[in-house]
Amino acid sequence: MLVTSVGKLRLERPGMVASGIMDETGPSMVRMLRSGAGAVVTKSIGSEPNPGHPNPTFTELKGGYINAMGLPNPGIELFGKEMEVASKSGNIVGSIYGSSPEEFSMLAGKMEEYGAVGVELNLSCPHASGYGMELGTDPAVIRSIVSAVKSAVSIPVWTKLTPNTHMIKDLAIAVYEAGGDAVVAINTVKAMVISPQFGKPILSNKFGGLSGPAIRSIGVRAVFDIRTAVDIPIIGVGGISDWKDAAQYIMAGACAFQIGSAVGTKGIDVFETVHSELERFMKDYGYGSIKDMVGVAHE
Amino acid sequence: MSDSVRIISIIEDSYDTKTFEFQWEEKVSPGQFIMVWVPGMEEIPMSLSKTNRIKSITVKKIGKDTQKLHDLNLGSPIRIRGPYGKGFDLKKSRNMLIIGGGVGTAAIIPAVKETGADTIIGARTDKDVIMDEVAGKYTKNLWIATDDGSRGFHGNAVQLMRKKAEEKEYDMILACGPEIMQYHLYNACVELGIDCQLSLERHMKCGAGVCGCCVMDDMRVCKDGPVFTKEQISKMKDFGTSKRDECGRSVKL
Ligand SMILES: Cc1cc2nc3c(=O)[nH]c(=O)nc-3n(C[C@H](O)[C@H](O)[C@H](O)COP(=O)(O)OP(=O)(O)OC[C@H]3O[C@@H](n4cnc5c(N)ncnc54)[C@H](O)[C@@H]3O)c2cc1C
Ligand SMILES: Cc1cc2nc3c(=O)[nH]c(=O)nc-3n(C[C@H](O)[C@H](O)[C@H](O)COP(=O)(O)O)c2cc1C
Ligand code: FES
Repeated sequence: MLVTSVGKLRLERPGMVASGIMDETGPSMVRMLRSGAGAVVTKSIGSEPNPGHPNPTFTELKGGYINAMGLPNPGIELFGKEMEVASKSGNIVGSIYGSSPEEFSMLAGKMEEYGAVGVELNLSCPHASGYGMELGTDPAVIRSIVSAVKSAVSIPVWTKLTPNTHMIKDLAIAVYEAGGDAVVAINTVKAMVISPQFGKPILSNKFGGLSGPAIRSIGVRAVFDIRTAVDIPIIGVGGISDWKDAAQYIMAGACAFQIGSAVGTKGIDVFETVHSELERFMKDYGYGSIKDMVGVAHE
Repeated sequence: MSDSVRIISIIEDSYDTKTFEFQWEEKVSPGQFIMVWVPGMEEIPMSLSKTNRIKSITVKKIGKDTQKLHDLNLGSPIRIRGPYGKGFDLKKSRNMLIIGGGVGTAAIIPAVKETGADTIIGARTDKDVIMDEVAGKYTKNLWIATDDGSRGFHGNAVQLMRKKAEEKEYDMILACGPEIMQYHLYNACVELGIDCQLSLERHMKCGAGVCGCCVMDDMRVCKDGPVFTKEQISKMKDFGTSKRDECGRSVKL
């Protein structure tokens, strides 16, 4: 009942681990797969090892988290060892970040070689200068990166979009025109926190990305908008912590979803809970499959 | 969850270690930790060495951020968030022995207070012994081990534990200290058939079980730990052998 397809990729369960959450090492990805996630999207991986920003990189706030990890990762070469462990256990989608079409293509090629079932292009991180959102708010840049990666690999190419724009539809159209296989929406919302006692920003990077319940309605709206603009599979992410949140994204037009922050607030069994409760809801309300539910809010 | 608190007292535990007390209403159990920050330093994890309404952290100066904490004065504000992690399970044992090594002693003091169990404090030399007075208030049997024999038992905490385990039947060891100490301690527990709970450390960023940077094998030290059971540790290949650096690379200890 929970089976879904993101283009050609079939998933037994629609909920995946979002990039950056318990997905930097082989053993932790295996644990997440075993916990009931339909797939794991890896931490975003770049060409070189990166320690990320110095702490403070994270804090809780009302309604969610804010983080500016700064894309810490061991680099694509060493990540092969983690993929070797993880890809045997289930669907791993390789998230990658770079600064040019060539770099993205190289990284995607490596991920394919490592056994990833797809790649997710991080064109949306709001706190890494020269990367992510700084590239991913320009449709022309998106077009050139997506088409370069498409010709470099044969696995599906997903593009993760930022909500920090007034033209998310145009970004999705660019992905579609470049032959992208799916869009993932949304990455975190650019934000900041200031300590009143110290009169200073708390994050060492000053700005970070907001995640969790506070951004759910922004994400649902983004997915709804994208669905009206392009006919391409959409993966919803942002503030999902229970079946109702997941159902909203699906009804807005997503065929699958990802969960990040709720792994911290609800625990690793959040995948098991969301999936079984979603299934119960579908039975109660007469939805025979995920497909039956996708985009119903538009009808 | 996160709060700004003011330091209400500072205790000099030794030449390189200070305890900072503050008032904080959160409910905390022995073995849990917080993330601590003031502007100009990196935020770092610290165990709570007092867990009543008055709480404290006990900081050993080993680098730039712990130095920054040592520079704080009475009344200085600090930003803390937490409490995080799973602490010690104090109900599982009828006769336990608690062991603190070095500044790890700070993390076991609340458990000593709650249980009054026999306690060993291990340190390199007499001047590195901390919190023996506090511990002595809560337990009848406090033993000190120093590597150079300048005080108490001449040898390390694990050697002393083996000796004590011959004299008395313990069913559980609780410990916090350098990983090398805990590695030998774990092996001793396996050999002697005594259960244990060990508090471990890894590099932390979020502290909240989200980012995954602090994992040992597939366990998050910040959320699934920092206190792990003997059974959990028996499955950890990383224990005593390797850790993840800030980039997530595996490096040998
Ligand atoms: C759960 C936990 C509880 C701790 N409790 C205490 C305590 O009660 N008292 C105490 O004195 N120390 C404690 N520590 C260790 C303390 O966090 C480090 O001593 C401190 O971070 C060192 O910072 P520094 O800048 O002074 O030294 P640096 O020179 O920057 O670092 C020295 C070493 O400290 C460790 N370290 C640095 N940053 C971090 C980080 N973000 N997370 C984890 N380790 C780090 C690394 O091993 C590093 O090699 C605890 C650590 C953990 C993980
Ligand atoms: C600690 C943390 C690290 C993250 N790292 C990445 C990353 O490396 N790449 C990426 O594309 N998104 C990253 N994200 C964003 C998430 O994948 C997700 O898009 C966002 O958090 C919204 O979902 P949520 O509300 O379920 O957390 C990160 C989020 C958090 C909280
Ligand atoms: S520090 Fe433990 S998961 Fe982030």
